[in-house]
Amino acid sequence: MMSSLPILSLTLFIPILGAIVIMCLPADRHKPIKYVAAVSTLLSLLFSLWTMINYDLTIGGMQFVERIPWIADLGVNYALGVDGISLPLLLLTNLIGFSAVYASWHTAARVKEFFALLLILITGVMGTFVTTDLFIFFLFYEVVVIPIYLLVIMFGSSKRVTKEYAGMKLTIYLLIGSAFLLVGLIALFIKAQGILGFPSMDIATLAKVNYPVGFQIFAYVLMAFGFGTLLSMFPFHAWSPDGYAGAPTAVSMIHAGVLKKIGGYGLIRIGLFILPLGAKFIAPIIAVLAIGNVVYAAFICLSQKDLKYIVGYSSVSHMGYVLIGIAALNIISINGAVMMMFAHGVMAALFFAMIGNLYEKSHTRNVSDFGGLAHQMPRLAFGFMLAGLASLGLPGTVNFIGEFTIFVGAFGVYRVISIIAITGIILTAVYILRTLGDILFGPRLEKWDHLQDLKGPEMVPLIVLGSAILIGGILPFTVMDFINSGAGQLLSHIASIQIGGIF
Amino acid sequence: MNYSLLAPEMLIALTGLLLLISGLILAGRGQRIVGIISVSLLVAVLLLVVTRFTESAVYFNGVYQVDTFANFFKALFLIAAILVMLSAGKYTERFEQKQSEFHALMVFATLGMMVMAAAGDLITIYIGLELMTVSFYILTAYLLNDEASSEAGLKYLILGAISSAILLFGMSLVFALSGTTVISEIAGQMSRQPALIAGIILMIVGFGFKIAAVPFHMWAPDIYQGAPIPVTTYLAVGSKAAAFAALLRIFMIALPLNQFNWSLVLAILAAITIIVGNLIALNQTNVKRMLAYSSIAQAGYILAGLVAANAYGLKGVLFYAMLYVFCNTGAFAVATAVETDTGSTDRAAFNALGRRSPMLAAIMTVCLLSLAGIPPMAGFAGKFYLFSGAIQAGYLWLAFIGLLMSMISVYYYLLVAKAMYIGESEREDTIDLRLPARFALWVCMLATILIGVYPAPLSNLAQIAIQMFL
Repeated sequence: MMSSLPILSLTLFIPILGAIVIMCLPADRHKPIKYVAAVSTLLSLLFSLWTMINYDLTIGGMQFVERIPWIADLGVNYALGVDGISLPLLLLTNLIGFSAVYASWHTAARVKEFFALLLILITGVMGTFVTTDLFIFFLFYEVVVIPIYLLVIMFGSSKRVTKEYAGMKLTIYLLIGSAFLLVGLIALFIKAQGILGFPSMDIATLAKVNYPVGFQIFAYVLMAFGFGTLLSMFPFHAWSPDGYAGAPTAVSMIHAGVLKKIGGYGLIRIGLFILPLGAKFIAPIIAVLAIGNVVYAAFICLSQKDLKYIVGYSSVSHMGYVLIGIAALNIISINGAVMMMFAHGVMAALFFAMIGNLYEKSHTRNVSDFGGLAHQMPRLAFGFMLAGLASLGLPGTVNFIGEFTIFVGAFGVYRVISIIAITGIILTAVYILRTLGDILFGPRLEKWDHLQDLKGPEMVPLIVLGSAILIGGILPFTVMDFINSGAGQLLSHIASIQIGGIF
Repeated sequence: MNYSLLAPEMLIALTGLLLLISGLILAGRGQRIVGIISVSLLVAVLLLVVTRFTESAVYFNGVYQVDTFANFFKALFLIAAILVMLSAGKYTERFEQKQSEFHALMVFATLGMMVMAAAGDLITIYIGLELMTVSFYILTAYLLNDEASSEAGLKYLILGAISSAILLFGMSLVFALSGTTVISEIAGQMSRQPALIAGIILMIVGFGFKIAAVPFHMWAPDIYQGAPIPVTTYLAVGSKAAAFAALLRIFMIALPLNQFNWSLVLAILAAITIIVGNLIALNQTNVKRMLAYSSIAQAGYILAGLVAANAYGLKGVLFYAMLYVFCNTGAFAVATAVETDTGSTDRAAFNALGRRSPMLAAIMTVCLLSLAGIPPMAGFAGKFYLFSGAIQAGYLWLAFIGLLMSMISVYYYLLVAKAMYIGESEREDTIDLRLPARFALWVCMLATILIGVYPAPLSNLAQIAIQMFL
């Protein structure tokens, strides 16, 4: 369309190319390995920005489409394309991927394995957002699990739980979730084949089929299991705090930042789009579970002492907002949910980058060990404050836009649930402000005088993610216009195929 | 009649005889080139089979059939035999002066499997089966001074003989009711009778033993652990596939579902096999034994495709059997290398393999992940076919069990990965591998990844091969 260059394939496979180059480099050449990782993620980031700038909002829909027949008898195509919902998430992946490389700049042992696996992981996450084929989607979805396991056990940290335990817990939770999802996907594929008369894995084609209501509910429940586990939906959230605590910084950033969002994205793009009646039936249950996320996880946060656990549980809590947005099933709430995914992604990644940096230098993450860090490390303190204030939804940050939109959309549908959920914002303010106050402010502690403030490569995550938070917050239309176009077309498609309409 | 399509079988038989004679001629140092001779002859036969893949013929009134289905499996057995012989490499030094007999027996086992895949008659299937199993009896006990190996050989002999008898009993009942042993004629001549059900059940038991389906699996772990590792590999990969080839031909052609719903019986068997195989594998500390239990579970997955008995399911059986050759041989080949180096296959022997030999560790990881069915490895595409077939045939619960258990299986596969990447070992030296073994390992890994990323070519071949059943 705009150019014949397969821009999405390039964006997707440059990190893999980087990983292959890294595998060919000698293991002791640390600097070149890191540069290769940085350059390949930077290229992907630039390509995804280019895609965003050149996306034609007046037309909307899937653009930059690539399509190569892949497995004929399963109706699988290597099909890529982005719309308003996937673009912000693609950008988010690359923002975080690029920052994650710099957040791990001081990795000293087994550098080669670390960056090769990290790049594979980034490609896997990106793949789920840019494909329009269900089979390819699931392929990328599962590709990410194993690199994460290896990264956690090789580079993680054992504090409250051992890294081996954390890694295995995370892996098994996600894989069992994905088994449910896979059963749902295959059942959907077989059902659609029966109705259509030919096999197809194309998401748009599958969405045109009128499935019986009972089947829709059944398939949606399976998907809600799978995607819900990934999104750390209550009560399948237990892997998330332990997993983040055990994982190395870069993995925590990618995991909390984007990987979880695949769950939300899947619920919208696959669940809601293909199975609208199932989604409508299950939505109230999801909304109730979301309360568990928002309130229960927030209360756990109040009693945590480890910085990573605080952010880990708080991300479980914030995913509750996303679930409420998805469950309310109207354009405003869906817009809000996608916006919230983007916002929470940059915020959580920044938070974990700051925690990782602090831990790397001080070897502790206990809130009670710190105090007055703003004296010694003003830039780090700035990063913490920015992430913290975004986390509690301060106006001016992108998170405010997300939360506000969700509740505007959801209030008319779930009045009581919304009111209960809004208290989550207050609880967030309580634990975030208390924690930040404890570690950053107060009298200067002499034992931390030796800590160096952020400098050089360490500044990259703060600058990249910090500007995303502020630009998204002050100029929300830069992201929201895309989301609105994508969500609008998705919902109007659903309305058009359901006779009589359900919304 | 044109007998040229029987050339592969004839050549294989000649190869076996040639190898036996070479034991006399090439005594002493000459034994070293026996491996090269057998591999190159097998490659020649493989090329012959592949180039004439689509040609078909029926011999002796349907007793022996050359068709795409048989050719697919023949290619599979030959690939497996070649990979096993290549990767055995240094390990065969333990056989000292008996290398040519080892290779000859492997070739005869291959011949037995090829006969099983192409047989159009119950008796011929049985002859192929016995040729294969008798070769394996000897091969299993091939490490003469090793107690475990002798024990394994004896166990396999006794249990194998019993299962063959049961199978034969089942076949004789079917013969008694239909008056023929030719598979394509049986279906037309039978009516529903209790004796038929007994016959079918007995055949399921007999074949169930060969594919190590639960509850007929008791022999597998001891024998897999005790046998020389290349033999174990070939036993796990080849004999299982051969039994599946025979099962498919008999059940799809001779025993229509409307007479007796054997697919439900097989479904229950598959479910139990998947569950038990995986659960026991969870707490194995010996990698060889773990792979033995995992291969029990794998047989359960493949069985699910036969249960489905539709295009996706049957294609899945062939597809999975082929990819299983690559990933299982790869995993066993790494275990062979580790056992040659450390003298043990305990999980602890794999410690620090990621540092000592990154390539071996990477290959092991890829192969194990493929067995677990994690994309983008081949195992995922295979399971997708198998369970798509099962769901299409209405066995949603079976697909559910299969996929859930395969995710649980990731646990014990990852324990090996964990040992390799973060295990501590006193040894830091690299494991050196001979060129042929290195080559075989690369083939296994690349095939596993390529089939997983681009399954279309293999699935097309499988589609052609199963056309006759649909």
